[in-house]
Amino acid sequence: MNDTKVVASGTQVADEQSRKEAYFTAGQFQLIWARFKKNRAAMFAAMVLATMVLMGWFAPFLSPYDPTIAGRDKDYQNGAPQWPMFSDHNGSSWRPFLHTLERTRSIKTNFRWVSEVNKEKRRYVGFFVKGWRYHLIRLDLDLPGQMLDVRVRLLEMETHLFGIDSGGIHIFGTDAAGKDIYSRTLQAVWTSLAVGTIGVFISFVLALVIGGISGYFGGWLDSSIQMITDAIRTVPAIPLFMALAAFVPDEWSAETRFLFISIILGLIGWPTLARRVRTHLLTERAQEYVLAAQLCGASSAHVIRRHLLPSFTSYIIVDLVISFPYMVLSETALSFIGLGLKDPVNSLGVMLQNVTKADVLLNYQWYFIPVIFFMALVLSFVFVGDGLRDAADPYSDRNK
Amino acid sequence: MSDALLDVRDLDIRFATDEGLITAVESTSFSLSSGEVLGLVGESGSGKSVTAKALMQLNANNTRYGERSVIELHLGSGSVQVLKLKRPRDLRVVRGGAVSMIFQEPMASFAPAITIGDQMVEQLLVHTNQSKAGAKELSIEMLARVGISDADKRFNQYAFELSGGMRQRAMIAMALSTRPQLLIADEPTTALDVTIQAQVLDLMKDLIVEFGMAILFITHDLGVIAQTADRVAVMYLGRIVETGTVRDVLRNPLHPYTQGLLRALPRLDALDEPLTPVPGDIPSPLERPAGCVFHTRCTLAIAGRCDQVMPVATLHSTGHSVACHVASDALGVAS
Amino acid sequence: MSDSEALVDVDKLCVEFSIGRKLFGPPTVVRAVDSVSLRIQSGQFFGLVGESGSGKTTFGRAILKAVPISSGTVRYSDEEVAYDLKSISKVQLKDYRKRAQLIFQDPYAALSPRMTVRDIIAEPLEVMKLTKTREETDARVREMAARCRLNLEHLRRFPHAFSGGQRQRISIARALVCQPRFLVADESVAALDVSIQADILNMLKKLQQELGLTFLFISHDLSVVAHICDMVAVMYLGSLVEIAPTRALFHSPKHPYTKALLSAIPSLDPDDRGDVQRLRGEIPSPTNPPSGCRFHTRCPSATALCSERVPIPEQVQEGHTVSCHHWQKLAE
Repeated sequence: MNDTKVVASGTQVADEQSRKEAYFTAGQFQLIWARFKKNRAAMFAAMVLATMVLMGWFAPFLSPYDPTIAGRDKDYQNGAPQWPMFSDHNGSSWRPFLHTLERTRSIKTNFRWVSEVNKEKRRYVGFFVKGWRYHLIRLDLDLPGQMLDVRVRLLEMETHLFGIDSGGIHIFGTDAAGKDIYSRTLQAVWTSLAVGTIGVFISFVLALVIGGISGYFGGWLDSSIQMITDAIRTVPAIPLFMALAAFVPDEWSAETRFLFISIILGLIGWPTLARRVRTHLLTERAQEYVLAAQLCGASSAHVIRRHLLPSFTSYIIVDLVISFPYMVLSETALSFIGLGLKDPVNSLGVMLQNVTKADVLLNYQWYFIPVIFFMALVLSFVFVGDGLRDAADPYSDRNK
Repeated sequence: MSDALLDVRDLDIRFATDEGLITAVESTSFSLSSGEVLGLVGESGSGKSVTAKALMQLNANNTRYGERSVIELHLGSGSVQVLKLKRPRDLRVVRGGAVSMIFQEPMASFAPAITIGDQMVEQLLVHTNQSKAGAKELSIEMLARVGISDADKRFNQYAFELSGGMRQRAMIAMALSTRPQLLIADEPTTALDVTIQAQVLDLMKDLIVEFGMAILFITHDLGVIAQTADRVAVMYLGRIVETGTVRDVLRNPLHPYTQGLLRALPRLDALDEPLTPVPGDIPSPLERPAGCVFHTRCTLAIAGRCDQVMPVATLHSTGHSVACHVASDALGVAS
Repeated sequence: MSDSEALVDVDKLCVEFSIGRKLFGPPTVVRAVDSVSLRIQSGQFFGLVGESGSGKTTFGRAILKAVPISSGTVRYSDEEVAYDLKSISKVQLKDYRKRAQLIFQDPYAALSPRMTVRDIIAEPLEVMKLTKTREETDARVREMAARCRLNLEHLRRFPHAFSGGQRQRISIARALVCQPRFLVADESVAALDVSIQADILNMLKKLQQELGLTFLFISHDLSVVAHICDMVAVMYLGSLVEIAPTRALFHSPKHPYTKALLSAIPSLDPDDRGDVQRLRGEIPSPTNPPSGCRFHTRCPSATALCSERVPIPEQVQEGHTVSCHHWQKLAE
């Protein structure tokens, strides 16, 4: 291997210099991003995650039908997925289309309704069609009682990405009531993200305050807080969930219930995060540069703001991203057993409430399509979290 | 070279990292005879530790040795090509058998949850034919020999119960209990207080006389080398720049780096001399200078030559060789 | 002049730490610094040497009020102010912080990795509100950086871009930017390579002359101290054993520990085996120090008296004191 330097051209040297200068002047987050970018699995997962968040945000735009009971298709209950085609025995078309489903009374079944596919009648799929109304920016926080409700509805629109000129188009099929599974999946993704966000946010605030006090002041305050935290951690999560969830009054609306479940998840999750915050603080507090600042007479506020917070921000972000999937999965479990969210608030758990019937397992397998979306969501969080964790400490191997 | 115990020729060590292939050691050659103490001196980035670990194949998985690199051990039972050893069974010969190593940080050498005695006995059982009882007796004897009082009590203690100096002695005892022919000492006294260091160095000198082994002594401290070593090799950025007997190199340094080091060292016998630093900074391993690795900091560098042509080691007097264009020119020897 | 007021006057300083407690007894107390008295004159480069457990680092921190003083007095007085550090008020302490600063040992740990060099050097100015505008801060940062041989483009970079020697220079620039009078350099060159160590030492000397600083230079490396300091104090297990001007200490040490310390330093001359005075045994633990003279367990010349009575400092010559019962006999 020959590593005597080849005499570089002027621009090569200049490029090299600017690259090095960029490295020298890179702040903490730039260094983390540079390391993160090199991790291909994490970058891919980040793109998947970004895509899913966008899909959730634009769910109403992407859905041809209202995911609640209001948008159900009475003529197509428990219907199989319908995929638009570009050609059939009658020729091709540049516009995708579906065949029509007709219901006639048939002699063969004693004059009961029977559905048949009429391969001659085509229904064309249109894009950017008008459909049911929705708000692009929507936020509903329903607290018990009327006074504290927050309702934000902005950007009312009617356009949807695609629709069909007559009849229904259900690309993931429908459920027992005729609700479009595709639309419900998108809405469920958004709901799960919302639940996760609220839960993680509450965990985070609690953990920061409690773990922060514990780690910054140390001493007996730290010991007592740690004892309480450990006590809370030993309480088994699922029975606690179930107990709390079972106490939710029936008269609360589904939205209120949604908020409450999110808060419960946050309250269960804070001890682990608090412990991490405390550990970070205890380590950072002992660093020499903190002592240097204190020897200048820096106040606690300055030390926290300038030295401690930046030092563990990257770790906290990692912790937050990694706790997200746990929130989503916990909520799914709760809703699945009926103690979590209820219609019209929709999540994967809610969608899976009815899959345990033999009927569904044998005949309506498309009910499980949303599971793929959720696997993608959870896995992408996990991979991004892992990637961030690997990239998170750009300074750990600098210490000689 | 007839009774050379260790022959290292053209040693090239590179590490495959995210930033590319980093050269840690380049074209290094030296040899060591039985009963001799060779000091390997260098600062950070000189590659001395990496060289030492290569002798026992202790470097990490991303190490790439050069194709022509040879590390040959001439043991009583035959020659061993250390870099060609692959199986753990074969490597045992160099790891603790004929070759032993002591480290800078004794806590790194002793497992914290096992008593010292158990570790020493384990080492003996692996490398020798001793019985368990025989190994225990030998270990206690070695502990006493290195100056640890109450050796039989210490035998049952854990590493953290001993002070720094005693831990280092215990590590020496453990390393020597298998009667190695080559002892590699990687900065063994750097972490010790100076009065304790003096005790440990005295001990090592006695043991050399008694056990007759060869020692490769790695350190950055020229004073320690002056007092302990017979010969010294000065390393800079992965290359040996000067080799010779301790008297020759320290009294008549030929390489500008060696001269610079000696001028920068505060000496107790020359309190009025100013301290002259070596100009510049050690280049990062990603930016190896072309030609002579030292030229970027050398006040005597000849433009057009030192920055392009790598100087080879040339013999200047018996046993004293230096790799420097300027030095070779001064003595009229081609380099 | 011996009766001019010293910049820093330390009288019988004791610093104790309690480390844990036995179940029902009093807490275990470690006397890291035991009744140390010394005076640092303005403009001096005062060296403090000792091995591990000597308490030198704690002493340095105590003088800066970074650790609490258990007993004794530390008085700081320059032309403008005079403070008694034991009973200093908060306002006075803030002012003291401008006048006395610390240079750390580990260049890798002393700089916040997430701040640019400019921000690191500017931090003391901002915290202590010594400048009013950003331009003023920038100007002072640039001036100090130039003095420490740091370029303008270095200021925009983060610490990870620099080598050990450069980081130490940043550390020094930070310590000096608030224009202190008194600097404690705690093992400031210990983590540096030899070739760079000389550079930093020369720079410290130059800065001392240019800015009229006083240094307390703490080190375990006697050779370094010998070259750079005017006065040297030797500590062992929390007590001061000898103080002398550098030449006097190195040419005619009076305390057995000092003599052993000097002879333990390996000489660069292979033939100089030196006058070997090896100490027996290990350094005792500071939690359980020997009675009387703390050094008696390892001293080759110890007698029964040494284990009973603590020696008091006795003057050998002007500026040279030693704490040993038998120093006169040993000097003959």
